[in-house]
Amino acid sequence: PPRRKQPRRAGWRARGRTRTVRSNLLPPPSAEDSVAGATKGERLQRLGCVQHVADNRLKTTKYTLLSFLPKNLFEQFHRLANVYFVFIALLNFVPAVNAFQPGLALAPVLFILAVTAFKDLWEDYSRYRSDHEINHLGCLVFSREEKKYVNRFWKEIHVGDFVRLRCNEIIPADILLLSSSDPDGLCHIETANLDGETNLKRRQVVRGFSELVSEFNPLTFTSVIECEKPNNDLTRFRGCIIHDNGKKAGLYKENLLLRGCTIRNTEAVVGIVIYAGHETKALLNNSGPRYKRSQLERQMNCDVLWCVLLLVCMSLFSAVGHGLWMQRYQDKKALFDVPESDGSSLSPVTAAVYSFLTMIIVLQVLIPISLYVSIEIVKVCQVYFINQDIELYDEETDSQLQCRALNITEDLGQIQYIFSDKTGTLTENKMVFRRCTVSGIEYSHDANAQRLARYQEADSEEEEVPRGGSSQRGSIGSHQSIRILHRSQSTKSYWRTGSRKTLGSLLDPTHHVYPFSPQEKDITPDPKLLEKVNECDKYLAISRHQEHPLAQLSPELSDVFDFFIALTICNTVVVTSPDQPRQKASHGVPPRAHDALALLRSPSVVSLPEGEHGSLPFRELLSGLRKMQQGASHRERLGQPTPAIASNGYSSPADSWEPEYPQEPQPKQELRFEAESPDEAALVYAAKAYNCALVDRLHDQVSVELPHLGRLTFELLHTLGFDSIRKRMSVVIRHPLTDEINVYTKGADSVVMDLLLPYDARGQHQNKIRSKTQNYLNLYAMEGLRTLCIAKRVLSKEEYACWLQSHLEAESSVDNREELLFQSAIRLETNLHLLGATGIEDRLQDGVPETITKLRQAGLQIWVLTGDKQETAINIAYACKLLDHDEEVITLNAESQEACAALLDQCLHHVQSRGSYTPEKTESCVNVGFSSLYLASATSTVSGPSPSLVIDGRSLAYALDKNLEDKFLFLAKQCRSVLCCRSTPLQKSMVVKLVRSKLKAMTLAIGDGANDVSMIQVADVGVGISGQEGMQAVMASDFAVPRFRYLERLLIVHGHWCYSRLANMVLYFFYKNTMFVGLLFWFQFYCGFSASAMIDQWYLIFFNLLFSSLPQLVTGVLDKNVPAHVLLLKPQLYKSGQNREEYRPRAFWLNMVDAAFQSLICFFIPYLAYYDSDVDMFTWGTPITAIALFTFLLHLGIETKTWTWLNWTACVFSIFLFFTVALIYNASCATCYPPSNPYWTMQALLGDPVFYLICLIAPITALLPRWVLEFVSDFSTHTAAILLPKDQQGAQHSGHKCTIERGHRAGGPGGSGPRVLQTRRGCFGSMS
Amino acid sequence: MAMNYNAKDEVDGGPPGAPGGTTKTRRPDNTAFKQQRLPAWQPFLTAGTVLPTFFIIGLIFIPIGIGIFVTSNNIREIEIDYTGIEPSSPCNKCLSPVSTPCICTINFTLEKSFEGNVFMYYGLSNFYQNHRRYVKSRDDSQLNGDRSALLNPSKECEPYRRNEDKPIAPCGAIANSMFNDTLELFLVANESDPTLTLIPLKRKGIAWWTDKNVKFRNPPGTESLKERFKDTTNPVNWLKPVYELDPEDEDNNGFINEDFIVWMRTAALPTFRKLYRLIERKNDLHPTLPAGRYYLNITYNYPVHSFDGRKRMILSTVSWMGGKNPFLGIAYITIGSISFLLGVVLLVINHKYRNSNNTADITI
Repeated sequence: PPRRKQPRRAGWRARGRTRTVRSNLLPPPSAEDSVAGATKGERLQRLGCVQHVADNRLKTTKYTLLSFLPKNLFEQFHRLANVYFVFIALLNFVPAVNAFQPGLALAPVLFILAVTAFKDLWEDYSRYRSDHEINHLGCLVFSREEKKYVNRFWKEIHVGDFVRLRCNEIIPADILLLSSSDPDGLCHIETANLDGETNLKRRQVVRGFSELVSEFNPLTFTSVIECEKPNNDLTRFRGCIIHDNGKKAGLYKENLLLRGCTIRNTEAVVGIVIYAGHETKALLNNSGPRYKRSQLERQMNCDVLWCVLLLVCMSLFSAVGHGLWMQRYQDKKALFDVPESDGSSLSPVTAAVYSFLTMIIVLQVLIPISLYVSIEIVKVCQVYFINQDIELYDEETDSQLQCRALNITEDLGQIQYIFSDKTGTLTENKMVFRRCTVSGIEYSHDANAQRLARYQEADSEEEEVPRGGSSQRGSIGSHQSIRILHRSQSTKSYWRTGSRKTLGSLLDPTHHVYPFSPQEKDITPDPKLLEKVNECDKYLAISRHQEHPLAQLSPELSDVFDFFIALTICNTVVVTSPDQPRQKASHGVPPRAHDALALLRSPSVVSLPEGEHGSLPFRELLSGLRKMQQGASHRERLGQPTPAIASNGYSSPADSWEPEYPQEPQPKQELRFEAESPDEAALVYAAKAYNCALVDRLHDQVSVELPHLGRLTFELLHTLGFDSIRKRMSVVIRHPLTDEINVYTKGADSVVMDLLLPYDARGQHQNKIRSKTQNYLNLYAMEGLRTLCIAKRVLSKEEYACWLQSHLEAESSVDNREELLFQSAIRLETNLHLLGATGIEDRLQDGVPETITKLRQAGLQIWVLTGDKQETAINIAYACKLLDHDEEVITLNAESQEACAALLDQCLHHVQSRGSYTPEKTESCVNVGFSSLYLASATSTVSGPSPSLVIDGRSLAYALDKNLEDKFLFLAKQCRSVLCCRSTPLQKSMVVKLVRSKLKAMTLAIGDGANDVSMIQVADVGVGISGQEGMQAVMASDFAVPRFRYLERLLIVHGHWCYSRLANMVLYFFYKNTMFVGLLFWFQFYCGFSASAMIDQWYLIFFNLLFSSLPQLVTGVLDKNVPAHVLLLKPQLYKSGQNREEYRPRAFWLNMVDAAFQSLICFFIPYLAYYDSDVDMFTWGTPITAIALFTFLLHLGIETKTWTWLNWTACVFSIFLFFTVALIYNASCATCYPPSNPYWTMQALLGDPVFYLICLIAPITALLPRWVLEFVSDFSTHTAAILLPKDQQGAQHSGHKCTIERGHRAGGPGGSGPRVLQTRRGCFGSMS
Repeated sequence: MAMNYNAKDEVDGGPPGAPGGTTKTRRPDNTAFKQQRLPAWQPFLTAGTVLPTFFIIGLIFIPIGIGIFVTSNNIREIEIDYTGIEPSSPCNKCLSPVSTPCICTINFTLEKSFEGNVFMYYGLSNFYQNHRRYVKSRDDSQLNGDRSALLNPSKECEPYRRNEDKPIAPCGAIANSMFNDTLELFLVANESDPTLTLIPLKRKGIAWWTDKNVKFRNPPGTESLKERFKDTTNPVNWLKPVYELDPEDEDNNGFINEDFIVWMRTAALPTFRKLYRLIERKNDLHPTLPAGRYYLNITYNYPVHSFDGRKRMILSTVSWMGGKNPFLGIAYITIGSISFLLGVVLLVINHKYRNSNNTADITI
């Protein structure tokens, strides 16, 4: 009874955060009911509270037509810079201090605001269009009026509506599954849109509805659903459904169809909408794009503050000057002194204050208003070019690099630490069965290895594109792993104490459908093993009807047989045939656990099978019979085997069944295995190579095809799925030959080995097998293979019944179901009998060792954080050249906090002492408390430049402790590379966070799976491997690359370019504005510090925006200070970005000094040239503006390394624009622009030879020092240039003149910092 | 958003990679622009490109400098400070304000005759015509002859906007402070003969053509100027109304008086000169101003002493590049020489460097 259960309710209900959903088809409850509808009794009388009527409309737009302007402006004014500029512009409206025409002063800030607003508007419009499209998707909704399903738009769906979905339709809202065409009440959904996983997830009709025989009729649905308030937890859904009769049934996430998923393999389903629109879990999970601020931008903001300070200083200086000036001239009746409007004279202090404010207006150019907009434009263009780079395009997967974060391109050029996942990132995540050991005997599969080698060659030679759907490559990521993450967080303290096995992911939840390339499918069997399998098969075919067929086999052969059975069935692989859709099984009541329990209790309930597959009457009849038997004698059969039934009806000889069932998929016919993880599929393919083929998997049975035995159908009692805490999966089956209940377990060796029968329990043989297997496992790990142990347990009927009881309780428990299920699984997976182990190879991706070498040369520290076991990880590390055979490897495996601390001290001591004496072979690093197995790998070899560190998950947990993290980091910093094995997703992100915050280093995390998401999010730059669209890692990443090897070009070429371009552009911006403001400042000395400006207000305001902006943008986007091939050839050049050589404080100040000097020149040359002449203010100011423009362009010319026609065009255009605007402006109106009246000024100037003369001399004089110093510093690097290896010089084409030059410049000529050299072709064009 | 897009993809085109789908790939175009392979000139700073540039700059600048210097030196210019600070100066008496116009005469000698057109300037020092509030204190509309602005001048003219309820024309501080000394030049025929010849000074042609004809206009109307300015009053410092600025030429009165126009073009720097009169060349045979003694007759009105200002009278001939200015020539010669010297020094260093290494071919 429901009432009794009430006190034990979980938090979600106790806290009253529930939502009640009822059918919309019922007459709407009256008002008073809705008020009174608090008690349960009334609700059960379906007169409850007001239906929640949220509709399913999607609205992601931020604005409406009306709200756009105010809202957008409001948002923009959150940016301090905008407020500042508006303040300045408004200051202009105060007559006493105004410097420009007030309207004109508003122009730039309005322009900037308008550009941003336009961008926002455009983004919002595209959101609107996408919303509109989605809102107007159609689906079938049950209509009360028409009493049938009618087509409605998505947006018209309300909570409480009944929706009918057909196969391949996208689910419009979160729907509670009430009916499915599937006779088992199942429904498959694909959650690719949600989390990128393309494997099918099973959803189940709400208990109580699945048993309905007739079609579900929404009109009869009167139950009330009580569930959680909308939340964003994709992995959890709790609730209950309360039927009319007061009965309750629990609702779980298995009952919920989530919006955005796709119905697969199910003809039609009906459900009631629980959450709609923005309340759906998918949308609640949809956080907006991340905004990251790049390192360079942070530095730049700091320099902007310096500029503000400078501005204030200049203004203050000027204000004081003006005050003094006023004091001097005030009582002297100076003719040029203008009194106040009332005739009184201005006091010096007031005048100084006015002057200060006006100076701030006049000198506002110093704070570059267009800097932020320009940077954004440049970044967008950089992103465009990175996206367009054909060398980052992966032919195989037809994907190019995606930049998902638009504003951190330059961070790519400053990375110091790379944190990489291993599986799927360094490796292909294409699992290939390599070798196995069964019953202590190793089968090396040499032929297989040779075949693989051949594939590899073929691959590299012709770059063969695997056929059909190969784009659906590996992805890791699933609900499961999310849950793991949560759990690991919640139980942090728990596993820290070491009592729980560290989380890891040998079989990391790589749930996915894997289409396999040939090398994974074709496995050449080992002849010896094949022979043994055949022997078993033959023998069993003969002896299958005997009482104990397996008993006659030798233990070894029995193990071989079990081993292959386990390989074949201990998984969740679904078999499909390429040309047929997945068949749906059609059986009656599924022997789900709870049903089975019901059967146990009331043997009278028997469901008759309802067959749909008329083509198989015989089989159905049999299965029906079996069901009946099962139901009737379940308990009995637990006690006594009934061989006749267990033989599954296929009593005909194996060689004669084929003609009878020609429509059955033949074993030779190509079957497709859809597996959740590539390991599983690899094992199934391996078993198939040994003629042990999985041919059919239904929810309750698995069929295996053997050449002699024919088809064996195993009754599948339970599947305990894989999770990365248990790190194993098990199936409970009834063996058709022996009718025993068998448990097959497959899992990580470290786990399975601990679950085996106690040593002395089963005698010598098993012990021997065990130690042999352990040896082989180590061997496999050394080879870099992923190892899995296969074990078996035979359950007695009593044991099974006992376990089943508790398991069913766990399954039906409402509250801590997962925990109970976990405990239940542990009870089952114990006392195992070891069968053997497999070694699966996960091939390295192409170019990984080369890439790692290059990245190393570029000064990047590479850390590999993997969930894999230590040996596997080390071997992969060796394979990808992360570890070198002649370098020292420090291995840190500690069992306790104290041991870890001691080890760290020891290692630190060792590392520090190494520096002093000559490297020698040392055994310095002892593995405290690690098993004998690892001692071998712990010895340090001859030390190279610096050792490498290998640490396992548990030790990492200790090392990441507050007390030890500094030591750990210090040690890790000394190491060439760091390898963290067996690390959990959380640990990964903790490591990244630690390095990022403590070492203040730029970090990059690269990974491909859900377990890397947290790490990717924490790092400064997150990179996802995008084998496939919509993956979780990609979703969380800033950049998505198709393969690991593209990282090289992304960082070394594009990162370097982006950083150097942006750094130079930002420096140039500061230089430009300072220099321009300098001109105005020097003038103050000659106008009584009155904040007068000789440069016309128009030029002042539009100079930055119009005349001088384009060339620097072009340079910022296109300039290449070093060509790509040189960057790739000499990755050391990357270090300039890491050391921030191009944009460091010294560079900034040097630029400022240079700007001051240049402005002095550009001011005083015209000053002296026009001294004591009849020149007027603007006829004198305009040449200064022109000189400034020429100086800027010339300066940019020195800064620009590569001049394309675009640079030329931009420069010419700038000059042309300036003169055109000046001419038009100066001719347009004689009286319009007070206070400046520049009428005909430019025209007059163009007739003045002095104008040309000063325009020629001033820019050249201004740039002479910079030029000379650039040359001298450039010159000084020549000596080093000579030391370049000859072969690299030889790499240049002989036809090209080869020049050497400094790689960076902004650091300034006076710099004594590390110089980087670069070679470059000295000729026009022809860069490749 | 990503979920939305995915959903859309799914609806539009089905799952990607479906067999028989379009062959459209995401392969980027292999164009020079998109691949950042545009042909580029790389003018990097090496000896090969920089050294010639230094020499070229030197070689171009030095001759230009010499040319300018010579031209500038050929310009005849004489400057007479008549502020009267020195007690010996004849104008010293005018420093203390006297109610009647103070007239003083300064004599000077031209060592060499001035050929061609001679420009007569007045020069002021320490006069901040570029002061911000001063520069703003004018009404361009009024000066352009706008009737409404004439009677209701811009607020910018405060406090020189109205005087005794009448609008000031021209309003503002600039107009109010207009230079109002009168300069006359007499040539002493010779030492023995004290007859003075008045040098004819042209009052017109000293302002910019566009100022005189476009920017400055008298209020429209056919009646006399006095009639057109009837509702206005003259600036407080002015002795004469605006329509009587030139007693000789009716067309040079009002806002289009060229002295006024010249004054209204505010000087850029506190030391400036303004064109006062033209002395036109009479014929080729006689120099415009022959060498000899001259008298400068000054009607001393303009008070500059109070703010430490100076007044000068300048006579100057012009060249193609305007007035006398030795600076530009010197600057060109200096920069040219520096550049050339740098070129030589760098060449020497480069040469030495190259000799010390055998891999000279790398760097040209």
